[in-house]
Amino acid sequence: MGLLTFSRGGIHPAENKISAGKKIEFAGLPEQVIIPVSQHLGAPSKVLVKKGDEVKTGQVIAESSGFVSTNIHSSVTGKVLKVDAFPDTSGYRKMAVQIQVEGDEWVEGADTGDELITSIEYTSEEIRDKILKAGIVGLGGATFPSHVKLTTPKGKKADHLLINGAECEPYLTADHALMLEKSRELAIGTKILMKGLGVDKAIIGIENNKPDAIRVMEEAVSGDPGISVQALQVKYPQGGEKQLIKAILNREVPSGGLPVDVGVVVFNVGTAYASYNAVQKNRPLIERVVTVTGKSVSNPSNFLVRIGTPASYIIEKAGGLPEDTAKVINGGPMMGKAVSNLDIPIVKGSSGILIIRKEESARDAVKPCIRCTKCVSVCPMGLEPYLLMAQAEKGMYEDLEKDKVMDCIECGSCSYTCPSSRPLLDYIRLGKAEVGKIMRSRKAV
Amino acid sequence: MNKLIVSPSPHAHTQENVPRLMYGVIISMLPAFAVSIYFFGMGMIIVTAVSIFSCIAFEYLIQKYMLKVKPTHLDGSAFLTGLLLAFCLPANIPFWMIMIGAIVAIGIGKMTFGGLGNNIFNPALVGRVFLFVSFPAAMTSYPEPGQWLTYMDAVTGATPLGILKEGIGNHTATELVGQAPGYMDLFIGKMMGSAGEVAAIALLLGLGYMLVRRIITWHIPVSILGTVAVFTGFLWLINPQQFADPLFHLLTGGLMLGAIYMATDYVTSPMTKKGMLIYGVLIGILTVIIRILGAYPEGVQFAILIMNAFVPLLNKYFKPRRFGKEVQHG
Repeated sequence: MGLLTFSRGGIHPAENKISAGKKIEFAGLPEQVIIPVSQHLGAPSKVLVKKGDEVKTGQVIAESSGFVSTNIHSSVTGKVLKVDAFPDTSGYRKMAVQIQVEGDEWVEGADTGDELITSIEYTSEEIRDKILKAGIVGLGGATFPSHVKLTTPKGKKADHLLINGAECEPYLTADHALMLEKSRELAIGTKILMKGLGVDKAIIGIENNKPDAIRVMEEAVSGDPGISVQALQVKYPQGGEKQLIKAILNREVPSGGLPVDVGVVVFNVGTAYASYNAVQKNRPLIERVVTVTGKSVSNPSNFLVRIGTPASYIIEKAGGLPEDTAKVINGGPMMGKAVSNLDIPIVKGSSGILIIRKEESARDAVKPCIRCTKCVSVCPMGLEPYLLMAQAEKGMYEDLEKDKVMDCIECGSCSYTCPSSRPLLDYIRLGKAEVGKIMRSRKAV
Repeated sequence: MNKLIVSPSPHAHTQENVPRLMYGVIISMLPAFAVSIYFFGMGMIIVTAVSIFSCIAFEYLIQKYMLKVKPTHLDGSAFLTGLLLAFCLPANIPFWMIMIGAIVAIGIGKMTFGGLGNNIFNPALVGRVFLFVSFPAAMTSYPEPGQWLTYMDAVTGATPLGILKEGIGNHTATELVGQAPGYMDLFIGKMMGSAGEVAAIALLLGLGYMLVRRIITWHIPVSILGTVAVFTGFLWLINPQQFADPLFHLLTGGLMLGAIYMATDYVTSPMTKKGMLIYGVLIGILTVIIRILGAYPEGVQFAILIMNAFVPLLNKYFKPRRFGKEVQHG
């Protein structure tokens, strides 16, 4: 089959995948971990431990507090130092559990061996339950609780599962490394998610700049007629859920709708791997692969990191913070968040720590819009970023809503491409926030 | 440790910027410039130099002393306006007229609207049309090609479109087309005409360069040229005695220059592909109507200015197709 891609918009930023080809390396245990109790979209989990408690690796320390919520586990063995508000990636202080690390003794029942367990002996309900109990959320960055996605809403029916291995963000290689090294586990994880969802077709989408991953994954799923691998053209933001569905199945998620409205549910490859561990190995989600990279980083790496490990700890492991550092990004350069504090913990949604040099960090001075139409042509959602920015600047919220500002997926293609360096997405975010408020207040009436 | 910079995503930016785009357009005009020097010699060089210098100088003076803002005269856009203005003036026009054209282009065409990005009409065309209606004699006497060392003293003659406009009624279109230079000469630019508009082949080369560098898209130039070809072809098929053939129309006058460089001006053209196509088709239709029914032999300058005025309307009604508007099941 030829290479597929989404039809509208998109950009080709420099790939800079400097950590590609690096094996996944266990980062080790830090002295302390800080585990936020809200690492997912939805309600924060309810804390079950208090200061002085002894916890084991894999033990639940905060439990799901609603349908759209999930469990949080201790990622180490040790003693709870504090249950308090700590700064997280957003820069705000959020409730978290701080644990002094003493060792790595797992809770009973967890299978920490490497033996591959292929047969899936659980029903759909059991799979969903295990995934909830293991605290699995979307590891691509959105961190939406996975058991919710596996529960198809009434009146809707899914017919395809898509596994997102596009990894279209420049610099990041965590998913790439995972596909290369854990392809068989991923294939089983995919089958588990298919069973949980009740579909018999799954497609793994991988961008063509990872030919080795495509080959390895094709081999891993070759025995399963229901699962196939689809090579994709390299184009950002192909890893966006809506763009991936358009690319692979040529279906468009309706404005304001969900993927399941067109019969599709999408999971990241990291989520499929975590599902394998949860269901087959009884291992909750307490670690993930994180890329630590940047042009000045002496040893760009793909680390297997325990949740709650401070970012500074893995930056040290990758050779330390370079002299010329200006920005540290949690995530990739296009959608990642700049952090103000290096002690922030790695959470379930952290796919990379990107260290940006001074000369690459400065934004050019904002110049007038010359109406070159580049932002309109690159917008993957068919919006007019130049217009949305002007409307947001002037507080024209009705027009913003009419011009579909809420469809914006915040991929940043417009700001990236603007020759006048205009902060298009900054203003669009402001507009989205205001329009969102107006829409909610209308609903409340 | 130094403090970390915190800013919203994206944290990456393209290498492209306004001066690079502007100078990209300017580079694409070099072949046409070279051909025009070959045909019009010193006159072309003087007209171009005076025009570019005047546009940059007036932009600087107006921003510095009237608007009291930081001058942006070196961002390439005033340079480009100057070059475009020179391309659509005769190569023997007195230099003080060029300076009047430049101050109208920059002062009235651009700065009164708020500078780069805010003007409704193409500044170079505003300058040209101002000169055209103010100094009709100077603006319609074109030097004959092949005079290397002349400027204002050049021997002049009528343009192919001028011959057509004057003679139609007394002669058939076929006879008049026969009086004009042959198609090969028209193609390489060996004819009377504005300094930079003559060399069709060089202008098309420039278009290719801009398309490859993705400075512009094909929508506007192709829709204009295509519409003119279809419209004049239709008329020619109906009555070849009355109407010149489409190739003649495509290769003469300012059509190539207008379609490739004037109508594609970022600021004054539509924001969506649909809008661009409609804008291009209407420019093509207006150009042919003015050429055939109007008092002037040439129409593309007015067609573009008229359509410039409709651009905000096109932007309002022709939106890009939103993602997810219609649900498809594949």
